[in-house]
Amino acid sequence: MIDNRQEMFARFTRDRANLVPVLQNVQETEGYLSPEAIDEISRFLNITANDIYSVASFYAQFRFERQGKHTIKVCQGTACHVRGGQQILETVERELKLPPGRSTTDDYQFTLERVACFGSCALAPVVVVDSNVYGRVTTAKVKELLAEFREK
Amino acid sequence: MSLDEIRKQALSERATLENSKKTRILIGTGTCGRAAGAMAVLETINKELAERKIDAIVTQVGCIGLCYIEPLVDIIKPGRPRICYSGVTPEIMTQLIEDYVVNDNPRPELALGTIGEESVPGIPKLFDHPMLKSQVRIALRNCGHIDPEDVNEYVANGGYTGLARALKMTQEEVIAEVKKSGLKGRGGAGFATWQKWEFCRKAPGKEKYVICNADEGDPGAFMNRLLLEGDPHSVLEGMVIGAYGIGATQGYVYCRAEKPLAIARLRVALKQAAELGLVGKNIIGSGFDFPIEVREGAGAFVCGEETALMLSIEGMRGMPKPRPPFPATAGLWGKPTNINNVETWGNVSAIFQKDADWYAGFGTKTSKGTKTFALAGKIERTGLIEVPLGITLRQIVFDIGGGVPNGKKFKAVQTGGPSGGCIPASLLDLPVDYESLTKVGSIMGSGGMIVADSDTCMVDLARYFLSFCQAESCGKCVPCREGTGQMLEILTDITEGKSKTGDIDLLLQLSEGIRSGSLCALGNTSPNPVLTTIKYFRDEYEAHINEKRCPAGVCKKLISYYVNPEKCQGCLICLRNCPANAIYGDKRMIHVIDPDKCIKCGVCLEVCPAKFNAVVKVSGKKPATPDKPIPVGSWGKQ
Repeated sequence: MIDNRQEMFARFTRDRANLVPVLQNVQETEGYLSPEAIDEISRFLNITANDIYSVASFYAQFRFERQGKHTIKVCQGTACHVRGGQQILETVERELKLPPGRSTTDDYQFTLERVACFGSCALAPVVVVDSNVYGRVTTAKVKELLAEFREK
Repeated sequence: MSLDEIRKQALSERATLENSKKTRILIGTGTCGRAAGAMAVLETINKELAERKIDAIVTQVGCIGLCYIEPLVDIIKPGRPRICYSGVTPEIMTQLIEDYVVNDNPRPELALGTIGEESVPGIPKLFDHPMLKSQVRIALRNCGHIDPEDVNEYVANGGYTGLARALKMTQEEVIAEVKKSGLKGRGGAGFATWQKWEFCRKAPGKEKYVICNADEGDPGAFMNRLLLEGDPHSVLEGMVIGAYGIGATQGYVYCRAEKPLAIARLRVALKQAAELGLVGKNIIGSGFDFPIEVREGAGAFVCGEETALMLSIEGMRGMPKPRPPFPATAGLWGKPTNINNVETWGNVSAIFQKDADWYAGFGTKTSKGTKTFALAGKIERTGLIEVPLGITLRQIVFDIGGGVPNGKKFKAVQTGGPSGGCIPASLLDLPVDYESLTKVGSIMGSGGMIVADSDTCMVDLARYFLSFCQAESCGKCVPCREGTGQMLEILTDITEGKSKTGDIDLLLQLSEGIRSGSLCALGNTSPNPVLTTIKYFRDEYEAHINEKRCPAGVCKKLISYYVNPEKCQGCLICLRNCPANAIYGDKRMIHVIDPDKCIKCGVCLEVCPAKFNAVVKVSGKKPATPDKPIPVGSWGKQ
């Protein structure tokens, strides 16, 4: 992991403007921002870990906990909202039996994310599993999707 | 290479393509197309062509905006008109290859329309389609027609000639041309583009920046995504023209990370443009340098606000700053900066490829040109359109959008996203221009339009938008941070039947405080959806508050489900599907929903067979039903 990070750092200058892109790259390869990763970024960019947390926690994209194998994003945009996105979200929550306040299942199979809008409003309600986009989702279809990805 | 040489090469490539005697298949693989299954269709095309050993050219194109009938596939056989097919599934695709590509039967019943001069018996012209007929496609001119990952296709369609024209002008002439076109910023505020450029040009400083704001974060908006996915070069060309007019030294495109395909296509476009010397150093031999970098947003809606966006590029928390100083004098890293939205840049390249008078010929006296709108919600034809400003809402919703589906009644259209307002049916003849929308309490915004029908609760919709702004408030200004939270609590109480008289007045008071006390547009426009729904749909608020009733049947705490004992046939379907085990009954026994266990998910209503139609949703008083399951047919006979 350490070598990978250093390899990735080499593509950037030690410039504050690179903080967000570096965080994005680390999360892309490691799935989340671990305390160790933050420390290493702190040394590389010469920014305090405190400062990095302040920036990273501002942006919804960054996560500080280990993620499930599959990420299921349920769109909560306006078009999805008026076409029943809330029902889809509740179905996923029920199916995944998520403990209160948590977004990742105990077996680390799934992480659930609520996303404001994917911009695929014409096909609302929309669900994205990993990088696959599904439009016109129903409660029945989302159950099938979960079953399909559980096996993968 | 000079632009002439680049053009010559692009045109000869196109001629080779057109004279190749090969069948061409174009498939729309934008995000919407993919959500509708375009990638499976693409797989079928490649598989079928390989199995049948057909040498055809398959091109992935952007989206033409007819999202509701995606996936779309166009087939061009040599010497035949281009035919567009809609709603294509892998099975239909196999048939089309068999019947049309191999056997020359165009299957008119599957076709949506033809593109071009010639026609095919039984197939209408695509641009006579009601969704396309009244459109004027300027920003979207190439979307759905060209391969966005091939710069030559853009160049062959006149791409980068606008840049060549601009580079022959002085900076002043470039800005004068934009002034003549009457172009206003398409990101929402509607500020005159030329004026913004002029401020930045005149600001002292050697280093200046030009930014393309592609942080399209309004829920319900996808204009920028579609343009970047379908025609990224038109945006880049606009940026280089603007940078030249302003005298900028570095460009950034700040794009929302939730739109990965747009980012990917933008990066490809940027690489190709740099290779041809259309961005970067010494642009087409002019001596003008302008490199462009892509920055991915990290999921903060407030970063669509210009000062927040700039801080985000600098690697900070994206929190808006007070203005003045304006970005034109002290923006990114304190240097003069000009920022425009994706669509504005797409229009700039079009204006320079043709000319300002042509552009100013569209629209109204004060709102020139065209505007893209994303149609979504309860509307028949969802998708993306581009129309001249001044068109009425009725034309957009009914003529182009086909009205409300399933025979429901139109209730309102929400424009401008979370900062905009809800416009009721009585104002449908309102012309869509910057001034008129502001007058009725909404805004143009970036162009999202969400249609609400009789099944949409306006209080719930207002609550939805407010919860969005509350969650996205950066927390800097107390009125926005705390005020939206208070408003959200009141609105939640209203939707849950816990409200008090006087709540409406309290909402109005809070709105005024937030509006006047917040630094940026996110804060001071956040009450708009609440204000407009109170103004035009006060009766719905009053039903919630006084009668504890949700007229649209949306607010969960105010609705209940029951099984109509006269219709239920005891088929067990709802009982088996209920996730809460809240339905009692047996075969041929009238089912009963236990209100204490019911979670109001609506699954029973969804699954009850249409021939029985026995599950009913009600808000307010519920009619009498049996306490426990009784034999079918015995209700009312005890």
